[in-house]
Amino acid sequence: MSNNAIIYISVCVVLSAVSFFLDKGKTIAGFKKGWNMFKNVLLPFLNILILVSLLIYLIPPSVITKYLGAGSGVAGFSTAALVGSITLIPGFISYPIAAGLIKQGASYAVVATFMTTLMMVGVVTLPLEIRYFGKTVAITRNVLNFVAAVIIGLMVGIIL
Amino acid sequence: MKSFLKKHKKYVWLAAYAALTLLSFALGFNPGKVVFTNFTQSFVEMITFVPFLFIIVGLFDVWVPKERIQRHIGQESGVKGIVLVILLAMLQAGPLYGAFPVAYMLHKKGASIRNIFIYLGAFSSLKIPMLGIEIGYLGIEFSLARTLVSLPLFIGIGYLMEWYLKDRHFQISDGSQ
Repeated sequence: MSNNAIIYISVCVVLSAVSFFLDKGKTIAGFKKGWNMFKNVLLPFLNILILVSLLIYLIPPSVITKYLGAGSGVAGFSTAALVGSITLIPGFISYPIAAGLIKQGASYAVVATFMTTLMMVGVVTLPLEIRYFGKTVAITRNVLNFVAAVIIGLMVGIIL
Repeated sequence: MKSFLKKHKKYVWLAAYAALTLLSFALGFNPGKVVFTNFTQSFVEMITFVPFLFIIVGLFDVWVPKERIQRHIGQESGVKGIVLVILLAMLQAGPLYGAFPVAYMLHKKGASIRNIFIYLGAFSSLKIPMLGIEIGYLGIEFSLARTLVSLPLFIGIGYLMEWYLKDRHFQISDGSQ
């Protein structure tokens, strides 16, 4: 069993036991909530795992390393930032993609940039954001967040 | 038949993949087998931690009084206010556009411009369920580094937006038009 499994299962068991001891009804309600959330993401998750398994087979590590690896420089960085800003991939299922990229040779800085722009910048959802905040503010927020995301990517790359 | 297809449309990729995999094994098509091995590995990786993460999140959801935190957000200011909005954001789930209606509500309740933008920043990348998945897939070092770098930047953006919007009669609308 992987480290992940051991850690998450232990935390889950300990928290459940404490919660159950304090309030049985609440604990069961929490289980139901958690299980429903899991059910909702299961299908998109499986679909993305299929896609990642396929891409890992089709795209050789050398290609990923060349375009998104440590030596890819500004080009790899810009690609990650641009793709992350424009696409709208739900957070949960973007992580298997990120992990796959790293496994295939992408650098932490590039993956961090991709992930942060994905989370913080939303070009596709900009019209919706404008309805709430107005044009100027929505665009300003996205531009500021884009700059922040690039800084975060660079810094994470330097730290790791 | 048509209604059957419509109802099960969301399973179409899964079904197609299952069919192709079976075919690959039947015909001895090697790439199909390799992809299936990749898939099994990532599936096992996922199924051994993600369901437990969601149960933890579910327990958080019933024990941490989100509504009570929300009530205090308009009133608290300074560091305490910042800590509260970040905490509230961390307890949420879902995509960023789900945070816009909450921003509207916080604005109506009197939260400062600064805190609303800090909320959006924290919502975008510090949600507990997502941190859980991130740690599982990319490791605790990655999450820690990313979080520690992000936090001051979000707070900075909050201050910047507040300064920028100070005399501009900034209003958040309910998104209806």
